[in-house]
Amino acid sequence: MRLLILLIWREVRLNIRGGWASAISILFYLIVATLVPLAIGPEPDQLAKIAAGIAWLGVLLATLLTLEKLFQPDHEDGSLEQYLVHEIGPELLALSRILFHWLSTAIPLILVTPLVALLLNFPMQRLGVLMASLALGTPGLSAVGALAGSLAIGVKRAGLLIALLVLPLSVPLLIFGVSAQTDPAALKLLAAYSLGALAVVPFAAGAAVRLACD
Amino acid sequence: MHSFANPARFLRLASHFLPWLMLGFILCFASGLYFALFHSPPDYLQGEMVRVMYVHVPAAIMAEAGYMFLAVASFASIIWKHPLADVAARCAAPIGAVFTLICLITGSLWGRPTWGTYWVWDARLTSVLVLFFLYLGYIALWSAIEDEARAAKAASILALFGVVNIPIIKFSVEWWHTLHQPASIKLVGKTTIDPAMQLPLLLMTLAYGFYFAVVLIWRMQASIAEQRLEARTRAQLREVTA
Repeated sequence: MRLLILLIWREVRLNIRGGWASAISILFYLIVATLVPLAIGPEPDQLAKIAAGIAWLGVLLATLLTLEKLFQPDHEDGSLEQYLVHEIGPELLALSRILFHWLSTAIPLILVTPLVALLLNFPMQRLGVLMASLALGTPGLSAVGALAGSLAIGVKRAGLLIALLVLPLSVPLLIFGVSAQTDPAALKLLAAYSLGALAVVPFAAGAAVRLACD
Repeated sequence: MHSFANPARFLRLASHFLPWLMLGFILCFASGLYFALFHSPPDYLQGEMVRVMYVHVPAAIMAEAGYMFLAVASFASIIWKHPLADVAARCAAPIGAVFTLICLITGSLWGRPTWGTYWVWDARLTSVLVLFFLYLGYIALWSAIEDEARAAKAASILALFGVVNIPIIKFSVEWWHTLHQPASIKLVGKTTIDPAMQLPLLLMTLAYGFYFAVVLIWRMQASIAEQRLEARTRAQLREVTA
């Protein structure tokens, strides 16, 4: 547990010193929210109707942006091998990266969501449900993303490949996330998917990390 | 199980079975087409358009069976580290993807006259489209990683994770569909199928299955030959430089 926290803390510090890469995700999310009214028209009722979907779509796409840097830099400078040499299990490493990605990318996006909701005229009394659905769904998103990131270690221009791998697998999250607006049962399904992904992905991503270091 | 992992033995067995599989394909395909086009009743509602079913439904079955094959081969590759299982999975993926594409295209062409539109966001259509993207991701991962052995293992991990997700995706899409649009459009005659339609459907499904096997063996033979050629060229180069 202490090791896990240390691993996450190291990434957080590197991230802050390296110019806060997650800021790009937030900016991207806000730009998507700005472009939507320009694309479909500014009618407040229409925007309110699609706001939850846009918020989810924006978060989904914005989380993709930081996945490429989740394992790649450590692979390039050899610290990934160092972890394995020092008998830090790749499963633990993968779990730490999932949690780091959630903390550094998903949490800021969730925190900006009220602003996006405001921009899209989303009814504020339902904001709580939207935030809850994002909070429950994004761990699953980070997990699936981390798996794709670990599989794409060493691939040149991995961003497109990661998007191609993550998007079909994130279909259930998107559906449950947006459905939560009308059906509270979807929140439980979101939580179930996230918990399932958090249980399975560290082993799959760990295997991929070990593979990349062979 | 292990005895089949030997490529030489596989090639021997494959060349033994291949003519029979081809014969099976030709017989089933010819008789299936005959029954499908001439010797089966038109639907009371859709008329002659129902004949698209004999191309479409087997493609849908093979699209899913193809991914299951991929997953089983990937499982064998991870657990027993069979090099042949990697070859099988890699060679099966494009075939499955093409079947999925055939399923989507024929479904769309069938939908135009019967539903009045090329595409609806029906639960089944949507999950087949997602399956198609899963295939593409798998193929893309194979071609993105240069080291063959690593690509094989990474692709296996992806295929196994994907196969766990397929039921969840199906469930979610069906749930989404019932939430958003009540069943306004339904496939007619899907559950109570006429026996006269069953026979051509069965024959066509068998034909598609044989076709899958034949093309898979061809691709695997080509892939193994390619590997051997590469190994031989490398050995020759070593001799020349030594």
